[in-house]
Amino acid sequence: MTTFFPGKRGTAPRAAQRGVEESSLAKWTLIGIALVFCVGFLLLPLLNVFAQALAKGGAHYWRSLTEPDSRAAIRLTLMVAAICVPLNVLFGLAAAWAIAKFEFRGKPFLVTLIDLPFSVSPVVAGLMLVVLLGQQGFFGEWLAAHEIKIIFAVPGLVLATVFITFPFVARELIPVMQAAGTEQEEAALTLGASGWQTFWHVTLPSVKWGLIYGVILCNARAMGEFGAVSVVSGHIAGLTETMPLRVQALYEGATTATTAAAFAVASLLALLALLTLGVKSALEWRQARAERIAASGAGQR
Amino acid sequence: MSIELQGVTKKFGDTVAVNNVSFSVREGELMALLGPSGGGKTTVLRLVAGLEMPTAGDVFIRGRRVNDLSVQQRNIGFVFQNYALFKNMNVFRNIAFGLKIKKWKRARMQARIEELLKLFGLEGLERRYPHQLSGGQRQRVAIARALAPQPSVLLLDEPFGAVDARIRQELREWLVTLHHDLNVTTVFVTHDQEEALEVANRIVIFSGGVLEQVGTPREVYDQPANEFVARFIGAMNVLEAKVREGVARIGELEFPASGEAEGQQVRVGFRPYAVQVSADLTRYRYHAVLQHTFFLGVLLRLELELPSGLTLRARMTKEDYAQQGLEDGRRVSFQIRQYRLLAGEAAALGPEAELQPETPPVLGDYI
Amino acid sequence: MGFTLFYLGAIVLIPFAALVLRALELSWLDFWRLATTERALAAYRLTFGASLIAAAANGVFGTLLAWVLVRYHFPGRRSLDALIDFPFALPTAVAGLTLASLFAPDGWLGRYLVPLGIKGAFTPLGVVIALTFVGLPFVVRTLQPVLQNLEREVEEAAATLGAGRLRTFAQIIAPTLLPAVLTGLALAFARAVGEYGSIVFISGNLPFKTEIAPYLIVQRLEEYDYTGAIALAVVLLVFSFLLLGAINLLEQWSRHARRPA
Repeated sequence: MTTFFPGKRGTAPRAAQRGVEESSLAKWTLIGIALVFCVGFLLLPLLNVFAQALAKGGAHYWRSLTEPDSRAAIRLTLMVAAICVPLNVLFGLAAAWAIAKFEFRGKPFLVTLIDLPFSVSPVVAGLMLVVLLGQQGFFGEWLAAHEIKIIFAVPGLVLATVFITFPFVARELIPVMQAAGTEQEEAALTLGASGWQTFWHVTLPSVKWGLIYGVILCNARAMGEFGAVSVVSGHIAGLTETMPLRVQALYEGATTATTAAAFAVASLLALLALLTLGVKSALEWRQARAERIAASGAGQR
Repeated sequence: MSIELQGVTKKFGDTVAVNNVSFSVREGELMALLGPSGGGKTTVLRLVAGLEMPTAGDVFIRGRRVNDLSVQQRNIGFVFQNYALFKNMNVFRNIAFGLKIKKWKRARMQARIEELLKLFGLEGLERRYPHQLSGGQRQRVAIARALAPQPSVLLLDEPFGAVDARIRQELREWLVTLHHDLNVTTVFVTHDQEEALEVANRIVIFSGGVLEQVGTPREVYDQPANEFVARFIGAMNVLEAKVREGVARIGELEFPASGEAEGQQVRVGFRPYAVQVSADLTRYRYHAVLQHTFFLGVLLRLELELPSGLTLRARMTKEDYAQQGLEDGRRVSFQIRQYRLLAGEAAALGPEAELQPETPPVLGDYI
Repeated sequence: MGFTLFYLGAIVLIPFAALVLRALELSWLDFWRLATTERALAAYRLTFGASLIAAAANGVFGTLLAWVLVRYHFPGRRSLDALIDFPFALPTAVAGLTLASLFAPDGWLGRYLVPLGIKGAFTPLGVVIALTFVGLPFVVRTLQPVLQNLEREVEEAAATLGAGRLRTFAQIIAPTLLPAVLTGLALAFARAVGEYGSIVFISGNLPFKTEIAPYLIVQRLEEYDYTGAIALAVVLLVFSFLLLGAINLLEQWSRHARRPA
């Protein structure tokens, strides 16, 4: 209640105050460094992708994307993401539900396990799968005997991607579910709703935005994963090559034409990244607005 | 004059937080800036400190115009509402902070801090960190830290806002004693009129960024400059009445209003203590039903409902109430001893009209 | 609940256990021999060294960026804020590809930098650049909420006591931010140590020179030297866990430091 100033202190524009804020010189120097750094280090790489992709002209760009191996890579990437994202959404919901709504022994251990893929090198993650399911792996002989091929085949790619991306949904959901508390669910239960109805009508809507957020992050990573997928893929063009792997294969072609083609495929992934950023910013903006409204409502005494 | 404001205005964008405010604080005074939330009182305090710069007008500290001086140069002590202690420093280093900046010699600094620790009852807590202190202790550290470099004025923003009611009373008395002992010019902001009346030598009342009145507690209570002050300081019954034949009438109530034009709408204000209530129905002129009794301590607040449907607040001591054998639901008679005619929202009040000789208000009758 | 555990078990625990079991089949001596070959040591040096430098660079620029984004208002602030997450959203392969081309002698930046002797592509410097890029969001995003919640009053209190801005920053703000900066730094470091995609493109992967540990693991695999790969992976894993522990401690400290006072 102290200041008369409407809006949030510190984030709202204020006249420069001698002694309490930096001088404008210091302020604009800092902003300048930040801008130069971001333009040079973040924006240029992005623009470079598109510039290089179109370096050989639009026709070459289109041909690069539509040649059979690239088309297969795009299809494979979409398919892997289409399998992994729903799986991880299910898992994310279940795990977040368990962690946010129940108390049980070993909960911290569970949380640590969920974070594990974040701290393990993707290459090591891929290696784990090879050790488990590869030719010399624990189940290698059994799988070979039954003519099931996982490593160097599509199922391996899916497994690796699931491993790498499964924390995303759960991590976004856990804090949202914890914040929502259990009161609403209990209220629904006392009103006679079944557990499933409660989940569908109360729990899910309350975590809707967190879920969307988790899904887009999970999807971005699923489509862009390189390290783990690279280890289990076998790099068979047209069969087990996802888009990032296709980028590498083209890049290693080392002619200007293949380099441009590599950038062409990369440009699609960059577009995906931009889309992800766009959705993310929109969600954050929406949330910030909701918080502002809630805050101004609470500010009125 | 220790502090003086001349025509000070502060705008934040299009919002006028402080509008053409002038007042002064004398050397050694304990001054309260009082007003409702958003009244601009904290902004005034921050303007004096140099935490905000005025859009127009001048601020003087000890006769020197300080508009162009930064916070650092003004030599003021400021105590923030939430204390703003340095979390990464213990009590000793918090208090020493200002002294180090002023480059005090080690021995002198040590002596000053020990003196303050003793004065503030913080001995033995030097090595504690802010999170290891109680609310009251934190506040004392904050005041000690502000006073350490011997500022010319001490400014406190809602000093009792963040502590619970029980400690609050203790702290008020302590602040009065402290001010008495140190005799440093002190200005504090509060939204609690009771606090201002009890602690301050003089009070400045703000509302909507405008200064409403400056005066001693007695002055602002007994001679409120306008309806806002009258209603803000102490409770007041305010009724809309119409003047007929020189009398303002509302329901069955009549108030002589000789100066007013026929048919004029007027507002009549009277304090709850001016309403005298008796269980004896023949004693006073008006009748009412005692709806509710609120126990506030020694004094009780009564809510009366008149046959016309009007409700009034009255005041009565516990003893009187018991003696008369009053209880909720009983019919009573009452009279209104003193009242004022209120012309407009911010206009000056007319003189107080008295129906009969009155007893002076009881101190503490401020709620 | 059951589903959660089953899923976790199938996806994480079993592969993890497989790796550990295979590693345990090795004798200590073999393990040591495989994990500490000359080439491996060179790879560790590059991986950890470059990650450390990248994390430090992120510490500096990340703090600056977070400060500018939270404290100042200027045209383009929102876009800049959104752009910070770009390294998270961009597939690492694309990041490596475009950075390599930017810093190549004929690239947009390399064109000016290479004549100055700054070679970004196919050098250890390239590794540092890629790792800085990949880790940038960690420090910024860890620091932003902390900066936002910093009480302005504390800085004002310092000012009323006579402290100038620099002093206030050094003595009041910096100590409060330190735990969060270190947390972000550790996160960026952890990410950098495991990074593979972007490095493959920019480093050139020359053994003893620009070869990072994860790349060496892939090399070993391609030579069907499973045990060699496992030994290296175990070293990285152990290191990841140590870092994870450190990060947890740092986060606790950070929460501790942000307690209200």
